[in-house]
Amino acid sequence: MIRWLAGRVLVFVPVLWVVATLTFALLRFLPGGPFDREKTLPPEILRNLERRYALDGTLAEQYADYLGRLARFDLGPSYKYVGRDVSDILADALPVSVQLGLLALAIALGGGVALGLAAGARRGSGIDRGVGLATLVGVSAPSFVIGAGLILGVALGLDWLPAGLWESPAFAVLPALTLAALPLAYIAQLTRAQVAAVMDQDYVRTARAKGVPEGRVRRHHVLRNALLAVLTYFGPLLAMLLTGSFVVEKIYAIPGMGRFFVTAVTNRDYPLVLGVTLVYAALVLVANLLVDLLYAWLDPRIRVAPDRR
Amino acid sequence: MIGSRSAGVLGALLLGALLCVALAGDRLAGQRFDAQDAAHALEPPSRAHWLGTDALGRDQLARIAEGARVSLLVAVGATALALAIGLCYGGIAGWLGGRVDGAMMRVVDVVYALPDVLVIVLLIEVLQVTLAGVPDIARRVAALVAALGFVGWVGVARLVRALVLQAREETWVESARALGLRNRRILVRHVLPNIAGPVLVAAAFQIPAAILAESTLSFIGLGIQPPFSSWGTLASDGFEAMRSYPHLILFPCLAILLALLGFHLLGEALRARLDPRRRA
Repeated sequence: MIRWLAGRVLVFVPVLWVVATLTFALLRFLPGGPFDREKTLPPEILRNLERRYALDGTLAEQYADYLGRLARFDLGPSYKYVGRDVSDILADALPVSVQLGLLALAIALGGGVALGLAAGARRGSGIDRGVGLATLVGVSAPSFVIGAGLILGVALGLDWLPAGLWESPAFAVLPALTLAALPLAYIAQLTRAQVAAVMDQDYVRTARAKGVPEGRVRRHHVLRNALLAVLTYFGPLLAMLLTGSFVVEKIYAIPGMGRFFVTAVTNRDYPLVLGVTLVYAALVLVANLLVDLLYAWLDPRIRVAPDRR
Repeated sequence: MIGSRSAGVLGALLLGALLCVALAGDRLAGQRFDAQDAAHALEPPSRAHWLGTDALGRDQLARIAEGARVSLLVAVGATALALAIGLCYGGIAGWLGGRVDGAMMRVVDVVYALPDVLVIVLLIEVLQVTLAGVPDIARRVAALVAALGFVGWVGVARLVRALVLQAREETWVESARALGLRNRRILVRHVLPNIAGPVLVAAAFQIPAAILAESTLSFIGLGIQPPFSSWGTLASDGFEAMRSYPHLILFPCLAILLALLGFHLLGEALRARLDPRRRA
């Protein structure tokens, strides 16, 4: 098990290298440079700037230099935020985005599975229809539509919660709900379909026939099997919640990582773009590893580590 | 929830109404989408302006209609592009199989692993500059179509590859081969019609996904720019003034919501009819 895990983590290195190389190449393919201004800078100043940020060598030299620094976990200085290292910026912004993402994940999973189970276990009932309609709207609505609704209704209308910024736990509620709405609706649809299919399985009938209480049947037999399908969606979901929050961060003026994705590219802030991309790629890799571990835990037929002979 | 037939009818009705507004919006509003009228700025809905006016006195209905034209154009274009690339790529990979398939699918994996947002932002930046000579709106639409199409083709390619891989082993392909038909003819005349159902369903869901992506990009300022509008830019403008002028945020959001709802309903109906794997 330990060896299997170590092997999986070791594979991260070449994958991250490919991501870093591709992003480096794509960025340099972009026209324009980090020091383009409305007014052109005098050539001496431009040269000094390029020397200061090690941009004066050939592309190959710059690439080698970047990889060398990366190997020492040094993401370099930001061009735009003068005097700050990319790692400092990420250290400030990443925890905010991760907190928001994890909170949204909990809401989406809890709410989605509960709704899906309630609807799937009583097919054709009023609850089923209601959930079906609500989730259809949920998968259709862009996050800024949900956000506008929540801000207008809950923050400005009822004045229950703050409409923006990031100061105390109360500030996280509306952003997390906004971020969670779409995956919640999707998980509910997925769970409903799975539960509806599992309810017809022989082993459920057998469990009922031997007198297992209905609640226990639902929890141990139906839910456990239905959750496997939800889990396949878990990897992309985690990636989406952690990387896809830039709209929500913009709407609620949250100092997270999302905004850097767009502004850093338009500013040609190469180290910042690379840093953000690498962190996101690493998050996605870890999320996928977690999903594989969860699979093995939920389904005893899957064993992650090969049997020892 | 509701039967697939009535869902399809409802979706078609929603989209039909939307198309009418998109095409006849300027006429319904009585003024062009970019006509300004400072004397009547920021008015709530009235008889003269059904959905009110914005900060420059432009008619909101006409602007939403213009937004509908742009958003639909981008979405349909991006979907067509994704479908074209995905069909060719996935078809070739699935048909040839073996090592070629393996290598082609690794490329797909890499594209899949890159964050969508990054790819879209980079592509839009590149295209903005490469297409410098083209008029602004056409350039922005083309950049969005290319970027969204590039992100979208990967999913189509995976689906098509899996379907072709399956179809390749069928007896009717074998008999077509035995008759001496050439590969291309078998693929186009026999395999394609057989996998068309699920592909069409995927395309039907790709359109709302593209509308969502386009409006999101325009919302954060990467897509369409004034004086042109898409639903995303309208919602973004509305957001700024939402406390004082809620009608500016309400109607664009409603338009997006109804459009996406319509496409999803239509997609579900298509899926129920065309995709044998999902038939319950």
